[in-house]
Amino acid sequence: MMIDILFYFFATVLVASGLCVITVRNPVHAALFLVLAFFSMACIWLLLEEEFLAIVLVLVYVGAVMVLFLFVVMMLDINIARLRAGFIRYVWVGVGVAFFIVVQLFFVFSAKQSGLVDAVPPARHGADYSNTEALGRILYTDYVYPFEIAAAVLLVAIVAAIALTMRRRPDTKHQRPSEQVAVRREDRIRIVSMPAEKKQ
Amino acid sequence: MSFTTPDMAPATPELFLLAAACAVLVADVYVPQRLRMLTYHLAQFSLVIAAGLCLALLPETPQVTFNGTFVADAMGALLKVFILLATYFAFFYSKIYLRDRGLFKGEYFVLGLFAVLGMMVLVSAGSLLTVYLGLELLSLSLYAMVAMNRTSITASEAAMKYFVLGALASGVLLYGMSMIYGATGTLDLAAIRGHVAGLDGRNMVLILGLVFVIVGIAFKLGAVPFHMWVPDVYEGAPTSVTLFIGSAPKIAAFGMLMRLLVDGLPGLHGDWTGMLIILSVLSMGVGNIIAIAQTNLKRMLAYSTIAHVGFLFLGIIAGSEAGYSASMFYIIVYAFMSMGGFAMIVVLGGAESEADRIVDFKGLNDRNPWYAFLMLILMLSMAGVPPFLGFWAKWSVLREVVASGMTWLAVVAVIFSIIGLFYYLRVIRMMYFEKVEQPAPLSVGADMRIMVSANALAILALGVYPSGLLALCVSALAG
Repeated sequence: MMIDILFYFFATVLVASGLCVITVRNPVHAALFLVLAFFSMACIWLLLEEEFLAIVLVLVYVGAVMVLFLFVVMMLDINIARLRAGFIRYVWVGVGVAFFIVVQLFFVFSAKQSGLVDAVPPARHGADYSNTEALGRILYTDYVYPFEIAAAVLLVAIVAAIALTMRRRPDTKHQRPSEQVAVRREDRIRIVSMPAEKKQ
Repeated sequence: MSFTTPDMAPATPELFLLAAACAVLVADVYVPQRLRMLTYHLAQFSLVIAAGLCLALLPETPQVTFNGTFVADAMGALLKVFILLATYFAFFYSKIYLRDRGLFKGEYFVLGLFAVLGMMVLVSAGSLLTVYLGLELLSLSLYAMVAMNRTSITASEAAMKYFVLGALASGVLLYGMSMIYGATGTLDLAAIRGHVAGLDGRNMVLILGLVFVIVGIAFKLGAVPFHMWVPDVYEGAPTSVTLFIGSAPKIAAFGMLMRLLVDGLPGLHGDWTGMLIILSVLSMGVGNIIAIAQTNLKRMLAYSTIAHVGFLFLGIIAGSEAGYSASMFYIIVYAFMSMGGFAMIVVLGGAESEADRIVDFKGLNDRNPWYAFLMLILMLSMAGVPPFLGFWAKWSVLREVVASGMTWLAVVAVIFSIIGLFYYLRVIRMMYFEKVEQPAPLSVGADMRIMVSANALAILALGVYPSGLLALCVSALAG
């Protein structure tokens, strides 16, 4: 019962903050709402006894990715007015389509044949059960092949990011430390011997 | 806990290609700029070795390893060999195109190798997880390759559209997979197959998941009504990337279709056949009719791709082993025809200009009769005129559709392909019957001449003797 109440609370916060992400005007606020959405999702995962995923979500997404995201949002001068042009024109189409999808999904999931109406929830584990250990057991054994492909996906992301953003501009001015160190006095100063002037 | 090391032997081509791609990546960093071509040669060499490994390890019976996430069978091996062959040609054409335009970069070929790895993972996937990861590996590499030419605004726009719509399609596919997982409780395709077979009555969640999976596949293949990205991406991307996207990944997408629907969900055959019929008829109709209105050859070929995808579905709709092998034959043939077509755009293009308008082919016969003849072969083959290879591809899928009792569908397909004949013939008319004031001779290197000729003449030769390739496809699926 308590768990049900908690689930509905976090689910409501999750949906509400998800809506706010795409409707608020200020991009910084949108990013902060996304943090809230991630955090509520992590709480729902905790209710499902998925401690590891919940903690990773908070650490990686809330802690690292979203902070980086906030920096980028703050540094970019996003012209919101231009992005919002045509928003009102399309919003009703979007709302209509979303509404129909929700209604259709509701009918599918609530149907007797969906198999969800009388589905048995998974058994709850005791306090000594470690979700992290269970994941660790299969991640490098049963799922080693998908795991390695995921690594290759990340490598592609790195290669693509560097290939698309790094460029050498021929006209940039930069220092050459080796030449700076090897410089001799003769290269920089010229000693000019001048006859001493008489005192006036 | 007990742990046995998985048998890695069936996945040797993939493991080799991963190692080779990483090696090429590192080598490219240390290669001096004037020897940059070495990256290309290393990439081509790895493709050849990987294809050799695929042929050497051709499995007699399907082998499953890595706890069911990897399946090595004859269909996978054959598809992989053709993916590698298509990529070999695509890399070759890319080299010419990129070199002439000063866009030659080592990363292009590294990303290409990773895309090939993604395709190989995809066609021998044994679980929903590997299907998805292989698809992402392929797609991410392709997005970056489209965007590679950073100074071109059209290429950036195409990359952006491709990325946003591709990400959406991946999300839809993943949502469908999550529902299938929810309904069956497993990610393993063989186990899903067993679970669906043991089901009494219909499971609504499973069918809903199937709908989303089909939408995801249709997006990736570019079937109507999920085709909107295809013309824009084909037109905007550099021609070298367009010809790559239009060839090998199509073969891989066919592999994905087979793994998900035929290997994983044959129990829902009745449900997905209906969906595929709608997609197929719409694709053939929209693709062939809108292609007529195009003035840009890349856009025209994009719409022709959409129409060909409709044809590809026909063999799968037939639902028999012969139907699947006809579709496999079709997609392999299509990959090489479309690559030849795009290679002709590379041939005609100068160092700065793109010869991607249909009027650029005006009077090609006066400029260079040999290339006009090659283009004639490619266009007639795509249109499905006998005795070219494209005819046999169309004929074999149509025969299977009729054999499965859906004669009306075959009639619709024939009508649309006759409509399609018009725009292919228009290109031929441009080449042979339109005159240019001063025919400028083409300046093409001997290597390009040999490869394009080999590509087009193979289509002519296989058109005369199609039985070998067809028998190969039949034997691959007979297992």
